[in-house]
Order: sequence, then C-alpha cells, then structure tokens
Amino acid sequence: MGDRRLSVSLRQREPIPLDVEFTCDAGDVLAIFGPSGSGKTTILRSIAGLYRPEHASVRSGLDTWSDTATRAFTPPHLRTVGVVFQEYALFPHLTARGNVMTALGHRPSSERRSRADQLLDLVHLSRYYDRRPHELSGGERQRVALARALAREPAVLLMDEPLAAVDRSVRRSLQNEIDELRRTLDIPVVIVTHDFEDVVRLATHLMILDRGSAIANGALADLTSRPDLPWLREAVGLGSVFDARVVCRDPERGLLELSFDGGTLFASDRVLSAGADVRVRIAARDVILATSAPAGLSLHNVLQGTVSALHVDAALDHVVVQLAIGGIRLLAEVTRDTIARLNLTGGRRLYALIKSVSIGVLPESK
Amino acid sequence: MDWEALRVSLWLGAGTIAILLPCGVWFGRLLAVQHFRGKLLVEALVTVPLVLPPTVLGFYLLVAFGARSPLGQAFQSLVGQSLPFSFEGLLLASAIANIPFVVQPIQRGFEAIPADVRDAAACCGLTPWQRFLRIEVPLAWPGILTAAILTFAHTLGEFGVVLMVGGNLPGETRTLSVAIYDRMQAFDDRSAGIMAATLLAVAVVTLMLTTSLSRQVSMRRG
Repeated sequence: MGDRRLSVSLRQREPIPLDVEFTCDAGDVLAIFGPSGSGKTTILRSIAGLYRPEHASVRSGLDTWSDTATRAFTPPHLRTVGVVFQEYALFPHLTARGNVMTALGHRPSSERRSRADQLLDLVHLSRYYDRRPHELSGGERQRVALARALAREPAVLLMDEPLAAVDRSVRRSLQNEIDELRRTLDIPVVIVTHDFEDVVRLATHLMILDRGSAIANGALADLTSRPDLPWLREAVGLGSVFDARVVCRDPERGLLELSFDGGTLFASDRVLSAGADVRVRIAARDVILATSAPAGLSLHNVLQGTVSALHVDAALDHVVVQLAIGGIRLLAEVTRDTIARLNLTGGRRLYALIKSVSIGVLPESK
Repeated sequence: MDWEALRVSLWLGAGTIAILLPCGVWFGRLLAVQHFRGKLLVEALVTVPLVLPPTVLGFYLLVAFGARSPLGQAFQSLVGQSLPFSFEGLLLASAIANIPFVVQPIQRGFEAIPADVRDAAACCGLTPWQRFLRIEVPLAWPGILTAAILTFAHTLGEFGVVLMVGGNLPGETRTLSVAIYDRMQAFDDRSAGIMAATLLAVAVVTLMLTTSLSRQVSMRRG
C-alpha cells in the first residue's frame, strides 16, 4: 500500500494560512471537512500543482510532485492526478465524449474514443455521448467530470465539493456511484466537503480543518467517537460512526436488526438485504445513560459498556461521556447534574439506551 | 468609384490584421490571465489610441517616423526609403491606431474562460500549448474574430491618421475614406456618394457580424 501513498505537507502564513500534514493510502478516502474559507480547496489545488504554497512537500508513491526544500516541482499536466472541480469545469465547446477524450492523451489515438465511451457508460451516461455541457443537468455534468477525472488513470483522485451543486435526490445516487467507483480504483482519494453526510457516507478517514490548520486527523470511527472535539460538536453535533452488518429485516415490526463489534442493534426498517454492510451514526444527544438495565420501556436498544473517557467543557453545561461497548466507542451527551447523580467516573459500568429511530443507517463504504 | 483607393484600403485592412492579430492574441491573453504590477497603466495605454483625436495620434506617429527619429532612421537605412507618406508607414500607423480594437475584444474573450476550466485542462494532461490551441483559442474564438472584423472595418474608415501619416498619394496611401474627401473637394458628389455608400454597407455588415458573434458566445455559456 505504501508505494502508492499520498503524502502531503503544506505550510505558509500568507495570503492563505496553511499548516497541514497528512497521508492517504491507496483504497482510503480522506475527507477534508471544514467551513468555507478554511483552506480546503487550496489544499487540493496544492496537491494538483495548481497552487504553490511557500513550503510544500507532495509525494505520490515514489514520485515527488512538490518539494520546496529541493525546489522540485512537477507541473500539473505531468502529475497523474484526477480532479473533479467544484463547478465541474467541463470544456463548454466539447461534447461529453470530447471532454473525456481530452484526458486520454496518454492512450493511442485509436483507443481514445472507445475508452471515453466506456468511461461514460461506467457513470451511466451512455445516451449522452454527444451532448454538450449546457445540454446536461447538474448531476449529469458531475458524472462527466468524474469520467474525465478517471480517464487520466490517476494515481490520486481529488474531488472538490463533488456533491455540493446537485439536489438531494441525485446526491444519494451519486454518493453510491462514487463509493462503488473508488472501491474498484484502489488509489488514494481526497474529498473536500462541508457536508457531514458526505463524510459519513464516503470517507474512511477524516481531517477537520479550521483556518488552514488540521484540528483533528484520523480514522473516521476514531474521530467521531472522540469526546473532546467542540468544533465538531458545534458544526454537526457529536455522534459516533461505526460499521455494522444487516442481520435481518422485520418489516412487520418495522425493524432492522444489525450486528456490530459489541452486540446487536435495532434500527427502524429500511430496504436493505441481510448481510449488507452499513455505516451507523448515533448522535450523542440521543443516547440516554442508566446505571441498571431498565424494564418496561419502549426501547429496543439497551447496550452495556464501561465509561472510557469523560470530557467536561467549562464553557458548556454538557458533559460528553465516551462508553466502550465491545470494539466501538459510543458518545453520550449529558448534563453535569447527571455526572453527579449517576456517579460517573472512568471504568464505571453503565447501560446506554437508544431509540431505534435515532440510529442513522447508511449503506457502507468499505 | 476610385478602384485604386479601394485596393489600397483593402490591402491596408488585411495587412493591419495580419500584423496585429498574432500580437493581439498574445497580448490580450497576457492581460486576461496575468496579474502584474502596473497592469492598470498598461491597459490605459492600450486604450489611448481610442480616445485620442486621430490628428494627435497622427502627429506623434509622424514625429516618430520622421528622418530625425531613431525609428525613421533605422527604417531608412534598412529599406532605403522613408516611412512617412509610404504604404509601409501607413500600415505601421494603422497597426498602432488599431491596438485597442484588437486587444480589448481578445482580452475579454480570454477573460471569459473560467480559471477552473483552464486548470482542468492542465489536470487532463494537456501541455501549455495544447491547452492554448485546444481549449483556450476555441473558447476565445468569437473575441478573436470580433477583433479582426473591428480592425478591418476601422481601418477602412480611418481618416485622420491616414491623412497625417500617409498623405494622399494615389495607389500608395490614398484610401477610400481619403478619396471621398478628395472627390468632395473636387465637387464630384456622385463618386463620393458611391464610395460613402460602400463604406456604410461595410460598417453595417461588420456590426451585424460582431453582434451575432457575441450572441454565440453567450449562448455557448448558457
């Protein structure tokens, strides 16, 4: 894996402050998440060679693309990088096929046309080979942009807010397609987004960016179960994200049974087949804590665990409790009063109570 | 109808385009893409021939072309004839007078290409030359064509600069617009009328062409 890893280190004070260092392995999807103006796009542009920060080191596998220390710089057209731009940036005078063929310059000219059509088929645009960008919808343009990025046979795929400009219904299907595609690619993928749903759906790793600096950086499940990220709490609300598998559906009771590394969960029913991998997100404020297993409640989920961390934020009335349940870490947000009443300390055994409707289930991306 | 004057006018128009268009594409693109110190001043200088009375421009050009100027001397020693009151001098003057008509539409044409589109072309693996020829020129094409048409039409109609720098030599520097003036002075209203109508027709066709081209640009971006 290491021989195709993307390693990036960027530093500068002005005009856009940057101070980040990260790697992304082949097969991983790193989501760079943060508010607009935090420097997300600048990071992508620096990887592609479109922007040159004061101090930069960008390595793709064994190739050095940028290294300001040795003054090495590979211009963008010599980097095998696929970029999906925020507003797609399609060539308006070329058809969908022409757009994709433009990125196939490394192939013999006799193959380009058929390869372009193949790629357009891959993103479900078989009927639109000859359409120009202004004859396509937002989602269709996005697919052309994706096909064009893949046409380069990139060593790294970069996507800048890939789903920001498409409406909700198209968004879901595009998320699925991007997810399927990147599984077959086995290259590092870096996605810039300000929508946490994209992160939960697509990412394996997460970097939270604020004013050019990484606040946190790590595997998605680890980061989302950290109790001490007030920034994430304010932006999207705290909530653990972990992987699970569908055991069975029970449409009559309206339930979906899931198994995870720590037990069984019941979520509200969704059309998913048994054995399907899913990603689960449980908001910290939806988790209730109890010292003994309750009886006579409408709850489906009563999970036993131990307190593995407590985070008291002086500025807030809330305390974030991290519970270890089997192999996962679950976050619960409670008031300070609860800490005293339940005598919460590290290692205390507790029950976490979760309503089935509070469990967010998304098709897995692994 | 003074056919010789029409021939001089057409040659002057075509020659001006031939000299100016390649420079205009290079310079217009530079102004559209690059940000540099003093850009505002450069842009103002480019526009100067547009606002200056043609006689003023003609005066300065005449001084610059004269036997006492380095340019005039260099031309004299190289070609063996003087710049003022020759077709070559007229051509050079016409090229300078037309700079704003070429640079501005071309600059707007390149400016209309979104920066992301240019970046996307680089990320598709296109070399700078391929980007220029396959992406930028086709997208800026209406601007380039507008520049050529405007230059041609403006050259046909130029009067002050021509008279100052070129004078009124039949077959050498007497253009159609000068010939009209010449005929009017001789009370030959009929000839002047025919030539005036010819220039009017050229002007109308030119404006129709440029309007339709600018429509095409906005449609393509639609």
